[in-house]
Amino acid sequence: MSIDKTSASAGETPAQDAPAVENPEAAAAAVTAVDPRLLVQQEGLLGYWHEFKRKMKAGELGSVPVVLGLAIICIIFQVLNSNFLSAQNINDITITMVGTGMISVGIVFVLLLGEIDLSVGSVSGAASALAGVLAVNQGWPEWTAVLIALAAGIAIGALHGFFFAVLGAPAFAVTLAGLLFWLGFMLKVLGADGTINLDPNGLVGKLTTYYFSDVAAAYGLAVVVVAVFFLTSFLGNRRREAAGVPSRPLSDTVLRTALLAVVAFAAAYMYNQYKGLPLATVIFLAFLIGTDFVLRRTPYGRKIFALGGSVEASRRAGINVTAVRISVFAISGGFAAIGGLFLASKIASANQSAGTGDLLMNAIAAAVIGGTSLFGGRGRTWNALLGVLVIVSIQYGLQLESIAEPVKYMITAAVLLTTVVIDSITRKTQKTAGRA
Amino acid sequence: MVHVSATPVLALRGVSKRFGAVQALTDVELEVHAGEVVALVGDNGAGKSTLVKTIAGVHPIDEGVIEWDGKPVTITRPHDAQALGIATVYQDLALCDNIDVVGNLFLGRELRKWGVLDEVEMERRSRELLTTLSIRIPSVRIPIASLSGGQRQTVAIARSMLGEPKLVILDEPTAALGVEQTAQVLDLVERLRERGHAVILISHNMADVKAVADKVAVLRLGRNNGVFEVKTTSQEEIISAITGATDNAVTRRAARTNGEVSK
Ligand SMILES: Nc1ncnc2c1ncn2[C@@H]1O[C@H](COP(=O)(O)OP(=O)(O)OP(=O)(O)O)[C@@H](O)[C@H]1O
Ligand SMILES: [Mg+2]
Repeated sequence: MSIDKTSASAGETPAQDAPAVENPEAAAAAVTAVDPRLLVQQEGLLGYWHEFKRKMKAGELGSVPVVLGLAIICIIFQVLNSNFLSAQNINDITITMVGTGMISVGIVFVLLLGEIDLSVGSVSGAASALAGVLAVNQGWPEWTAVLIALAAGIAIGALHGFFFAVLGAPAFAVTLAGLLFWLGFMLKVLGADGTINLDPNGLVGKLTTYYFSDVAAAYGLAVVVVAVFFLTSFLGNRRREAAGVPSRPLSDTVLRTALLAVVAFAAAYMYNQYKGLPLATVIFLAFLIGTDFVLRRTPYGRKIFALGGSVEASRRAGINVTAVRISVFAISGGFAAIGGLFLASKIASANQSAGTGDLLMNAIAAAVIGGTSLFGGRGRTWNALLGVLVIVSIQYGLQLESIAEPVKYMITAAVLLTTVVIDSITRKTQKTAGRA
Repeated sequence: MVHVSATPVLALRGVSKRFGAVQALTDVELEVHAGEVVALVGDNGAGKSTLVKTIAGVHPIDEGVIEWDGKPVTITRPHDAQALGIATVYQDLALCDNIDVVGNLFLGRELRKWGVLDEVEMERRSRELLTTLSIRIPSVRIPIASLSGGQRQTVAIARSMLGEPKLVILDEPTAALGVEQTAQVLDLVERLRERGHAVILISHNMADVKAVADKVAVLRLGRNNGVFEVKTTSQEEIISAITGATDNAVTRRAARTNGEVSK
C-alpha cells in the first residue's frame, strides 16, 4: 500500500502555510487519487501502536479492558492456587460458562436495540422444565422435547416483543412481568416433586458431558477456524483492492491470523490435555460465529444496529421497526431456552431453582463486561464470550480458594460496576472526540 | 428552462393534519411537476416540516388526497413513499450515529450478494457518489457521530440521491452548511431539475430560493398563502405573504434602515 503516510499524524502537522484554505488536507485530496485525509494506518508494529493510541484516545476501547481484566484475573488466581490454570479447571470453566453464555448472546441482541430483557433467567428455567417433563414424565422422544422447549423459548420471547413493539409497553416492565410469570409456569410444570432427573446419556445430558476424545478433533477444528479466518480476510481484501477501495495490508491479515492461531492452538492443546474437545464448546463457538455473521454481515443485523442508533431514523429509512423488535426478543427467548438446556445438562436435572438466583444478572453482566453498550447500537456477540469467561473464572477462582458466596457476589458486582463506568466514560469520550 | 410536464408528479388536495390540539395543516394544496423546483416557505412553525413528513409517510395525513402521477395514493409509512420514488432529507433525526457513512447512505436498501451485505460494492459506490457531489468527509468508514453537523447534512443529502428518486424533498438542507457547501447543494438542486426530477426545497433563505426555485409556495399558520412564479414576483411580495401583512417586521426594518441611509 502506497498511501500518504503523513496523514496518520494529521493532527500534529497542520499545514500552517495555507491559512486561507479551510481544510488544507481536504484541498490536497482533490488532486491525489487516494484521499489522504483517511486516517491511514502506518505499516509495521509502530503503525499498530499509533492506531491503538488513537483508538484509546477516541474512546474506542472495544474489548481491550476485558481482555486485560481477564489476564489480571488469571494471574491473580494462578498465583493464589496453581490449579487455576490446570487443563481440568479451564476445561470445567469453558463448559460451565456455555449455559450463561448462550443466554448472554441473546442479551447482546436486546442490548443492541438499547433495551433489556429481564425474563431470560425464568425463560431458561421454563424451557428446561418443559423439556424435562415432556421427555421424562411424558416419555416423548428427547429430541422432540428439546425442539418444543426451543420453540417455546422463541414464542415466549416473541410474545414479550409483541407487548413491547406493538402495544408500546416498556421492555423493562414487560420482561419483568415475564420473569415472574415464567418462574410460576416452571414451578407449575415441575409439579409437586419439583425435580426431574434427566437421562445423563440422553441428548440433553450429553450436551455438557460429551467429548470428541480424538486428539485430531481439537487440532482439526483449530486448523479449520484459522484457515477460514485467513481465507475470508485475504479474499475480502483482494476484492477490496480490485474494487479500488482501501484495504488492509497483508501484514495486518497475517498478524491477526497469527494471534488467532496462538489462541486456537493453545485452547486445542489444553483440551487435549484433559478429555478432548467438549461438544458444548463446539456448539457455543458455532452459535457465536453464526450470530456474529448475522449481526455484522446481513441486512437484518444492520437493521438491529440501526434501531440501536436511532429508532426514528430507522423508521424513516423504511425499516419495519416492529418486526425487528419482535424478532430480537424472539432471539433472546430462543437463546434463553438453549442456555436453559445447557444449564440443565450440567446438573443432569430440571429443578425448581433453575433460572433463578444470580443467573439473570450474570447473563446481563457478561454482555456488558464483554463490551456491549447499555445505550444500544454498540456490541458484538463475542462480548458475551469474553464477559462470561470473566464471570465464571472469578467464580471458579474463588471456589478454589473456598471463598464463600457473599464475597463472590460482591466481586462480580465490582467488576460489573467497573465495566458500566468504563462504558459510560467511553461514550462521553467518543462524543467529545467525535465533535472535535 | 426545462420542459415541465402537464400532470404533476405530486399533488396534494385539501391535506389536513392534526397533532392533538394543534391543527398543523389545514386544506393544503400543492403541485410539483417533473423538472420543477418548488420552494416551500413560511415562518417558524408554519407547518413546512409537517407537510414534508406527511408526503414522506412519517406522519400519515388526517384528511385530503395525495396524488402521484395523477392517481390518488395512500402513504402511511416511509416505505410507501420510498416505493413511489420519493426521497426526503429531513430537518432532524435522519441518520444513525453509531453506523458508518456507508451504512447510513444505504440504510434500508443495502446492496446484497447472496443475501449478505455487499460492503465492498456499497463502499465503492459511496465514494463515487461523494466524489461526484464534491462532499468532503475524512473517511466513509467512520461513524456519523464523528462528523460535523454540516457533514452530516451532506451525507443525508447524498443519501437522497442514491436511488434515482422522482421527487426529492429537502427540508432546510443548507441551514447548517458553509458557504461553499451551500453553493454545492444549490448546484445539486439545479442538476436534479436538469435531469427531470421534481424537487421540493424548504428554505428560510430568500436569496437561495430566488436562485434555484421555479415556484414559491407559501405556508402560513398551516394554510396555503399563495403560490408565486419566482421570475415575476418580487422578494417583498413573498415576504408579505409569509408574514401575512404588507406592514410587517421586515418592511418596517427595511423602511427604518432606508430612512437612515437617505438622511
Ligand atoms: N410531532 C409533533 N407533535 C405535535 N405537534 C407538532 C409535531 N410536529 C410539529 N408540530 C407542530 O406543528 C406546527 C408546525 O410545525 P413544523 O415543524 O411543521 O414547522 P416548520 O414550518 O417546519 O417550522 P421551522 O421553520 O421552524 O422548521 C408547530 O406548531 C408544531 O408545534
Ligand atoms: Mg421545519
